[in-house]
Amino acid sequence: MAVLVDKNTRLIVQGLTGKEGTFHAKGCAEYGTNVVGGVTPGKGGSTHEGWPVFNTVTEAVEKTGANATMIFVPPPFAADAILEAEDAGIPLIVCITEGIPTLDMVKVWAKLKTSTSRLIGPNCPGVISPGKAKIGIMPGRIHKEGSVGIVSRSGTLTYEAVHQLTQRGIGQSTAIGIGGDPIIGTTHIDALRLLNDDPETDAIIMIGEIGGTNEEKAAAFVKEHVKKPVVGFIAGQTAPPGRRMGHAGAIISGGEGTASGKMTAMREAGIHVVVSPAEIGETLARVIGKA
Amino acid sequence: MFGLWILTSADWAVPTNMKIHEYQAKEILAKYGVAVPRGEVANTPEEAAAVARKLFTEGASGVVVKAQIHAGGRGKGGGVKVARTREDAELHVKNILGMQLVTHQTGPQGQKVQRLLIEETAAIDRELYLGIVLDRATGKLVFMASQAGGMEIEEVAAKTPEAIYKETIDPAVGFGAWQARKLAFALGLKATQINQAVTFLQALYKAFVETDASLVEINPFITTKDDKLFALDAKMNFDDNALFRHPEIKALRDVAEEDPLEVEASKYALNYIKLDGSIACMVNGAGLAMATMDIIQYAGGSPANFLDVGGGATQEQIEHAFEILLSDSHVKAIFINIFGGILRVDRLATGVVAAARNLNVKVPIVLRLEGTNVEEGRQILKESGLNFQVGATMKEAAELVVAAAAGAGA
Repeated sequence: MAVLVDKNTRLIVQGLTGKEGTFHAKGCAEYGTNVVGGVTPGKGGSTHEGWPVFNTVTEAVEKTGANATMIFVPPPFAADAILEAEDAGIPLIVCITEGIPTLDMVKVWAKLKTSTSRLIGPNCPGVISPGKAKIGIMPGRIHKEGSVGIVSRSGTLTYEAVHQLTQRGIGQSTAIGIGGDPIIGTTHIDALRLLNDDPETDAIIMIGEIGGTNEEKAAAFVKEHVKKPVVGFIAGQTAPPGRRMGHAGAIISGGEGTASGKMTAMREAGIHVVVSPAEIGETLARVIGKA
Repeated sequence: MFGLWILTSADWAVPTNMKIHEYQAKEILAKYGVAVPRGEVANTPEEAAAVARKLFTEGASGVVVKAQIHAGGRGKGGGVKVARTREDAELHVKNILGMQLVTHQTGPQGQKVQRLLIEETAAIDRELYLGIVLDRATGKLVFMASQAGGMEIEEVAAKTPEAIYKETIDPAVGFGAWQARKLAFALGLKATQINQAVTFLQALYKAFVETDASLVEINPFITTKDDKLFALDAKMNFDDNALFRHPEIKALRDVAEEDPLEVEASKYALNYIKLDGSIACMVNGAGLAMATMDIIQYAGGSPANFLDVGGGATQEQIEHAFEILLSDSHVKAIFINIFGGILRVDRLATGVVAAARNLNVKVPIVLRLEGTNVEEGRQILKESGLNFQVGATMKEAAELVVAAAAGAGA
C-alpha cells in the first residue's frame, strides 16, 4: 500500500502553466500519477497540455475531486498557495518551491498545525511510491518497487540512496523528501511514524543533515516505537560551524545540530549509522540479510 | 509568473544569511524606536575626528571608537577603545582605522577595518542580553533575555541554560506587552525602567518582523545610572529569501566583508563556500554536496569548498564554477560528483569538456556520474582526449581524487 501517494491519488498542480510546473506535471503523469488538473489564477476555463485549468484551488477540488496538490508557485507567492490549498481542504500538499521567506512559513505553520492537511516540504523533491505514483521532481526510473521506506531532507542524496538500493535489487515502498528548510510541514518523526505503520515497509533509511534537532528527536522516536531496522546517515560531518551549506536549515548554532551529536543519538537508538554516504545501500542490504 | 522567477533567481543566491554592520543595525533599530547611544559612522580619520568633536561639544563625557567589521569579538581584538579627550579619540582612530583586526571569528588573517562607529559613552549600570531568533522546534519566533550580558550567549546557553528567559511568540497575536513585561521583570529591572523596557522590546520585535530579520541580538543591552536603557551593541542578520521585498536592506550588503570567491559565485547563482582543503568539489544538490565533502574526508583528503551547482546547471555556470574553483591556489584536484535526475549527464559532460578546454585546466579532474544518459556522458568524456578519471562509485571516485591530489602535491 505504501504511504501518502498511490493509485488513488488525484493530483492538481498549482502553477501548472509555468515551465517547471508543466515539465514536472508531465513527468508525474508519465510515471503513472493521476494528474487531474491545475490552478493558475486568471487562466481558469482554459486547458493546458490537455488538463483543465482553474482560477482557485477550491474550484479545482470541486470539479476534479483532487486529493493532493503539487506547488510550483514562485517563492514570493508560495506561502499563499499553501494556505489556499489548506483552505480548500486538500489532504496532501507537496510544496517543491525553494526560497520561501522564513516568516511566511512561520504563519503557514501556525495554520497547518491545527489543520487536517499534511504539508510535505517546502524546498523538497516530493514523494514517490515506486510502481504506483509520484508527486515531485525525482527521476522515476532509478526507483524500484519494494519494501524499504526512505525519509530524507535532501533531494540528490535521496536519489543516491535509492540508486544504491536499486542497484542491489532492493526496492522501495515510499521515498519521502521532507525538505531542507528550517520550517517544514512533515518532519523526520512524522515520516518515520507513517513508514513504521505501513505494513508494506519492512526497513527504513533515514537521511539527515546538520542543523536543528529533528534528527535527535526522530532517534528518540525510533528507540521507543520503531521495531523495523533503520539505517541512518547525516550529511555535513565536515561542515564548519556557523556556515550555511545551501539549505537554510543547515546551520549549527549553540552546540545543537552537529553531525556527531545526531549520529550519537541515532546510534543510541539502535539505528545503523553509516559514516560514508557510499555505504548506505550496502549497510541496508546487510541489515535485512540481502548482502 | 515564471518570468519573474527567472529574473530574480540570481538575487536569492547570496551565500549566507545576510549580515550588516553594527552602525547599520543601529540606524534601522533607531527608526523603530529602539534607544541607541548618540553616534555616527566615519570612513576617514577626518570624519571620525569631526564626529568625536561634535559629541564632546554636545556634552559627552567620553566617546568610544568601534571598528565596523562583520565578525564578533572586536573588543578583545583591540577594535573597540574608549577616549576621554578629543586627542585620545584621534589616537584610537589612527590605530584602529585600516588595521587588520583579528578576532576568534575572522581567522588568523583578520579583517581590514574600513570604517568606524564613534559613539558617546554611557554610564553603564548593568549589562544584559536580548535576542530574537527562530525556534525551529516550534516554528515560532522566540524572544530571549538574560542577565548575563556581554558574554557569548552560546556559552550561557551551554553552561547555565536556566539563566536565559524565553518568550515564544504566537505569530497570529504578535509579541504582547505582557510578554515584554515578563522578560523585563525577569531581568530584574527597576519599576521605573519597566515601561521603557516594554517600549524597547516591542520596538525590537517590530524591527525584526518588518525587516524579515533572521537574528537580532542586543549584547549588551544596558541600563545606565540615571535609569535609561540603551542598545550598546547591535547585531542583525536577514533572511536571504526575503530580500526581494526589502531592497533598502539588500543595499546594505558590504561585499568587502565577504570572501571574494563567494561574492563571485553568488553572481552566477552558484552556492559556494570556501574551505581550507585541497580538493575542490562540484556537486548538484546541497545534501549530496555536503555528503561529498564527508566522503573526501573519509577517504583521507580535505575539501577545498562546498559548491552546489543546482538542478539545472548550464554550461556557462559550469565554466564559472571551474573559474572559481581554480582561482583557489590550494586546489590540487577537482572532484565532480553529479547525480543527474533532471540534469542530464550527457549535457553536463559536454559542459565539463568545453569548460576544461576553454580554461585549459591543468589540475586532475575526477568525475563520478550517475543518472539520466550516464553512458553517453561517459563516452563524451572518453572521446574528449582530456585527462579525466572516472570513478564507478562515489567511494572509488573519492579515493581516486584523494590520490590525485596527493600526487599533484608531491
